[in-house]
Amino acid sequence: MIKIQIDGTFYEVKGDRNLLETCLALGFDIPYFCNHPSLGSVGACRLCAVKKFADADDKKGRVVMSCMEAVTEGMRISVNDPAVKTFRAAVIEGLMTNHPHDCPICDEGGECHLQDMTVMTGHNYRKFVFKKRTYNNQNLGPFVQHEMNRCIQCYRCVRFYRDYAGGKDLNVFGSANHVYFGRHKDGILESEFSGNLVEVCPTGVFTDKPLKKHYARKWDMTNAPSVCMHCGLGCNIIVSERYGSVRRVMSRYNGSVNGYFICDRGRFGYEFINNPDRIKKIQFRPSKNNNLQEAREVSETGLSEIFKSGKVVGIGSPRASLESNFALSALVGKNNFFHGISGKEQKLIQKAVSILESGIAHSPSLKEIEKCDAVLILGEDVTNTAPMMALSLRQASRNKTLGIAAKLGIPKWNDNAVREMDQDTKSPFFIASSFSTKLDELADEIYNAAPGDIARFGYSIASAINSGAPVLIHPDEKLQNRVRKIADALSAAENPLIVTCITSGNEDILNASANIAIALSTAGKKPSIAIAFPECNSVGLSMLDGGSLDEAADTISKNGADTLIILENDLYGRLSLKNADSIFEKCRQIIVLDHLMNETAKRADILLPASTFADSVGTIVNNEGRAQRFYNVIQVAEPVKESWRWISDMVKISEKNNDYTWDKFDNVVASLVSSYPVFSGIKEKMVSADFRFFNEKIARQNKRFSGRTAMNANISVSEPKPPQDNDSPLNFSMEGYKGDPPSSLIPYYWSPGWNSSQSMTKYMDEPEGHLKEGGDPGIIIFSNKNKSSVDYFKNFPDPFKAKPGELLIVPVYMIFGSEELSSKGETIAERISEPFILFNEKEITKLQLIENEKSKFIINQVVITAIVKHDNKIPDGVAGLSVLTAGMQYTDLPDLGKVLST
Amino acid sequence: MLSILRSIWYTFLHAFHKRETQGYPEKLPYLPPRYRGRIILSRDSDGNERCVACNLCAAVCPVDCIALQAANDENGRRYPEFFRINFSRCIYCGFCEEACPTYAIQLIPDFEMGEYDRQNMVYEKEHLLISGEGKYHGYNFYNVAGVDMGVKGTGKGENEEAPVDLKNLIH
Repeated sequence: MIKIQIDGTFYEVKGDRNLLETCLALGFDIPYFCNHPSLGSVGACRLCAVKKFADADDKKGRVVMSCMEAVTEGMRISVNDPAVKTFRAAVIEGLMTNHPHDCPICDEGGECHLQDMTVMTGHNYRKFVFKKRTYNNQNLGPFVQHEMNRCIQCYRCVRFYRDYAGGKDLNVFGSANHVYFGRHKDGILESEFSGNLVEVCPTGVFTDKPLKKHYARKWDMTNAPSVCMHCGLGCNIIVSERYGSVRRVMSRYNGSVNGYFICDRGRFGYEFINNPDRIKKIQFRPSKNNNLQEAREVSETGLSEIFKSGKVVGIGSPRASLESNFALSALVGKNNFFHGISGKEQKLIQKAVSILESGIAHSPSLKEIEKCDAVLILGEDVTNTAPMMALSLRQASRNKTLGIAAKLGIPKWNDNAVREMDQDTKSPFFIASSFSTKLDELADEIYNAAPGDIARFGYSIASAINSGAPVLIHPDEKLQNRVRKIADALSAAENPLIVTCITSGNEDILNASANIAIALSTAGKKPSIAIAFPECNSVGLSMLDGGSLDEAADTISKNGADTLIILENDLYGRLSLKNADSIFEKCRQIIVLDHLMNETAKRADILLPASTFADSVGTIVNNEGRAQRFYNVIQVAEPVKESWRWISDMVKISEKNNDYTWDKFDNVVASLVSSYPVFSGIKEKMVSADFRFFNEKIARQNKRFSGRTAMNANISVSEPKPPQDNDSPLNFSMEGYKGDPPSSLIPYYWSPGWNSSQSMTKYMDEPEGHLKEGGDPGIIIFSNKNKSSVDYFKNFPDPFKAKPGELLIVPVYMIFGSEELSSKGETIAERISEPFILFNEKEITKLQLIENEKSKFIINQVVITAIVKHDNKIPDGVAGLSVLTAGMQYTDLPDLGKVLST
Repeated sequence: MLSILRSIWYTFLHAFHKRETQGYPEKLPYLPPRYRGRIILSRDSDGNERCVACNLCAAVCPVDCIALQAANDENGRRYPEFFRINFSRCIYCGFCEEACPTYAIQLIPDFEMGEYDRQNMVYEKEHLLISGEGKYHGYNFYNVAGVDMGVKGTGKGENEEAPVDLKNLIH
C-alpha cells in the first residue's frame, strides 16, 4: 500500500492505477473524458487536471493531468485547488466552442458525460462569438448513429474499436482542429462490438440507432438487471422499458464476466420481444379438439382429462430458465422429460460439462481468460459463437506486451506508451480451425483442417507436452514441428488456455482438449479450458435429468404419447423435417409454450403465450458454470404468463402432485433445490423476493421518472395502482432504496452529478474492479471433483481423406442469424446474410461452381441452396455451410454432402 | 346595541361602493398575456410543429401530468408521436414552458376548462396543437441546432461554418 496526501488528508492506496482512477476510487469527483479503465489513458482531453506538489514545503505546485500521473509514495496533490478548478472550467469552455446546440434532440441527453462534466466544472455561458465547426456525418449501418458535430476529440472510440476490439474500419482522419472519427466512407461498421461505441463515447457522436426509432430518455425508462440470452456466456445486461415495450439493452458491469462491454448480438438482439409475431393469446386448434373451446374453463376440463388419463411427455429447452425446465420435468416426471436438444449435442454438452467439473482444468471467467498467457483454440470460431470471449482473447494476446512493459516500468494504464513499445509483440496464440476466423490475425500458428484432423492435432500436442499422454506423432515433419512449437509454448506458459468447441459437433476435439489439459497439469501448470456453449442455458439444462430429442422421438414412436408439452423450443431448428414431423404425428395433442410464432408453434393444438426474459424472473447457467438471475422489466400482462406458472397451472389441473404447485417464483426455486441439491447455492446465495435492503425494495425507476399521471390517462384518467411484484425484490415504481443496491440487483447506474453510464465507477471498489455490496453477481455451481479420476482419452479418429465427389460439410456459425431469438429482431435481421457455402478456390474450379452465385447441394437428403463463396483456408474436400435459423432448412452438421448437379 | 347599529350603518354604506362582482361569463375578464392558463403546443414560422419531443417538460412537471413519445419523420426531424397532458392533474405552474428549449409549449390566458367528466380533461396532441407561433415569434430551433434534419443542411445553420473537407490538408 502507498500513502498519498490529497487536499491535506492522507489515504492508503494500492498504487497500480493512475492518479485519476485512484482518486475516483476514493470518491473524489475529478472530471475526465478520455480515460477509461479498460482502455487506459492517453491524456487527450486535458480535463482531469489536479495540482501536484513537489514536497511538503511546496506552496505553488504545478498542474498535471491526473490520468497520466503514476501514484507514488508520499505524493501530495490537490483536487480542489482554485487554479485547477479554473483550468478545468477553461478546458470545458474550449471543448464547448464547437459543440452544437443539440441537447434537446440528442439521444445522449440526460445520460451525457459531457453534460455532467460541464455542470461539474461550472462552465455555463458561452463567450466564444465565432462560428462553430461542422462535419458531414456517415451512415454507419443499422446499429450506430453518427453525429460528428458533437465530437470532443477524446479518442475513446478509436481506442476501443481498433486497439481494444481489433476493428479495422473506424479511424481518425484529418489534423489539428479538423479531426474526424469515422470510416473511410459510408458503410456498416464491421466489428461485432460496434454497439459499445454508444457507451464508450462520452457525448452523442455515436448513439443507439434502434433506440432512436422508439426513443425514451434514460430517466423515463423502467430498468431491470438481466442476463443476455443470445449465447452461452451470460453477459450481464440492463434492460429498459417504456410504455410497455423494451427500448434498449445496455451492458451491466460484472467484474468477473463481461466487464464494461457487450457484443452487438446482446445489445440489439432484444427486438424479438417487440416483434409483431409475439404470441399474446391462448390459441386452440378447434378442428382437432372439438371439446376445447376458447373459454378457459372448458380448456381446463379438457386438460384435466388429459392429465388424468394419458401419458404426457415434456420437451424442455436450453433457452428457457432452469426453473421453467425444472417445472416441466416435475409435471411430466423425470422419465418423460427430454432436454430438447439432439442426442449428439446433448452428449457433447454433457461431456464438456464433465470435463469442466472434473477439475483437470479450470473453467475460466471472461476476465480470467483476459489474464491467460498462452491460447490454443481448437475448432471454435468464438467471434461468431461467443463474441465476448473473442474480445477477452484479444486482451489475452496482449499479456506478453504488458509483461515486457511492466519490466520497463511502463504501467498498463499508460496505453500509448505500451502500444508504442509493443509494435508486433503478441502472447503465444494458436488456432486450429476448418476455415478462416477473425482471430487468425492474432495467431502465431494456424492449422486448417477437417474437424477430425483438428482433434488429431490436439492429441499430438498433448503427447508432445507430456510423454505420458497417448502418443500421436504426425508423419509430416513440418506439421510435427508446428505441434512441438505449440506444445513448447503452452508448457512455457503459466496459465495456458485451451478454447474448445461444441458447435463443430466433434467429440474428439473435446477429448483432445482434455488430454492437453491433463498433460499440462501433469507438468505442473494450471491450464484452463473455455468452451462456448451453444445456448444461454445449455449448461444448466444439462444438469437436470432427462434424455435427448432422439430419445424423445424413440419413446413417442414406441409407446406413443397422448400429450406432448414443448417448452420454448422450435423442434424444426433441431431435427430434420422428417423426424420433427414424425414426433408431432405420433402425439394426440400438442401443447406449446413459446414467445414467437415458429414452425413448432404452428403445429400446436394448444398454444400458450410464454413470457420472455424481459417479463419473467429466472436463473440460467453460463459456460463458466456461473448461475445468474435475470429479472423482469415489464409486468407480465395476462394472458401471457411465465412458463413455470403455466406449468404450475397444469399441475393444479392435473391434481397429480400438489408439491409442485407454485404461486411464487421462490417456491419453484425451493422445489428445484430440493430435487437437485447441486443448485443449492441459488437458494442460499441469491436474493429471494422477500429480500429487503434497509427495509425497502429496490426501485426499477429513476427518481426523475416522468408522465406517471398521464401515461395511462388515455385509457382511464384514474391512475392505476403500480403493479405488484411478488417474484423479485424490485419495485415497479420510483419507490425504494435510494443508495447503491446489492450488486446483483442494480437496475440502472446513477450517482449524484453522474447521469451517464460512467457512474458505474461509483458502484465498484475501484475502476475496472469488482462491484461493491456483494461482489460480482453470479454463483459458481460447478463442483470440482478429484483430478486423478480422469484418464487420458485414447481413441484417435482416423485422418480425414477427401473422397472424390463427396464433401465434408462443416457448420459456419454467424454472429447474426445463427441464434434463434435475436434473428427475429428487425435490426439484426438487416445484418443477416443469405445462406452461403465456403470452398477454397481450387475446389470451386474443380467442382465447376461459380463464385457469388447460388448453387444447390444435397446433405443427408436435404437440398440446400447457398451462395458459393471462397475461403482459401478451407482444406480440400471440405465445405463450410452457414448456419442460419431462418431461410434454411435444418441439417445436422458436420455431415457428408455433395453438389446437386442440375 | 350601539355596535349593532354601527354594523348596519357600515353595511348600508357598501351599497354606494364600487362593485367588485364581475359580470362573468357575459363580461369576460382581462387576463395579462403571461397569465398561466391552458397549455398549448405552438408551431414555428414555417408551420411545422415546434415540439422536438425532448421530454424536458415531462421531466420538470411536478405532478408528472405530461406524457409523450418521440418519433422521427423521413428527414430525421424529431416530433412527438403522441403528446398527452392530463389537465385534471395540472397545477398550471408553468415549469414546462420554462423548460421548453423550443418555445413549443406555452401557457395561455384561458382558464375555462370545466368538465363534467374528468376523462375529458385529458388532452392529446390534436387538442393542444395550435396553428400559430403563440407568444414567441420567429424562433426555429432547427436553425440553431447543429443537426441536419431536413430543415437546413449541415453547416447552414446560424453561426456555423461550412462542413470540414477531410481531403483538404490546408486549414
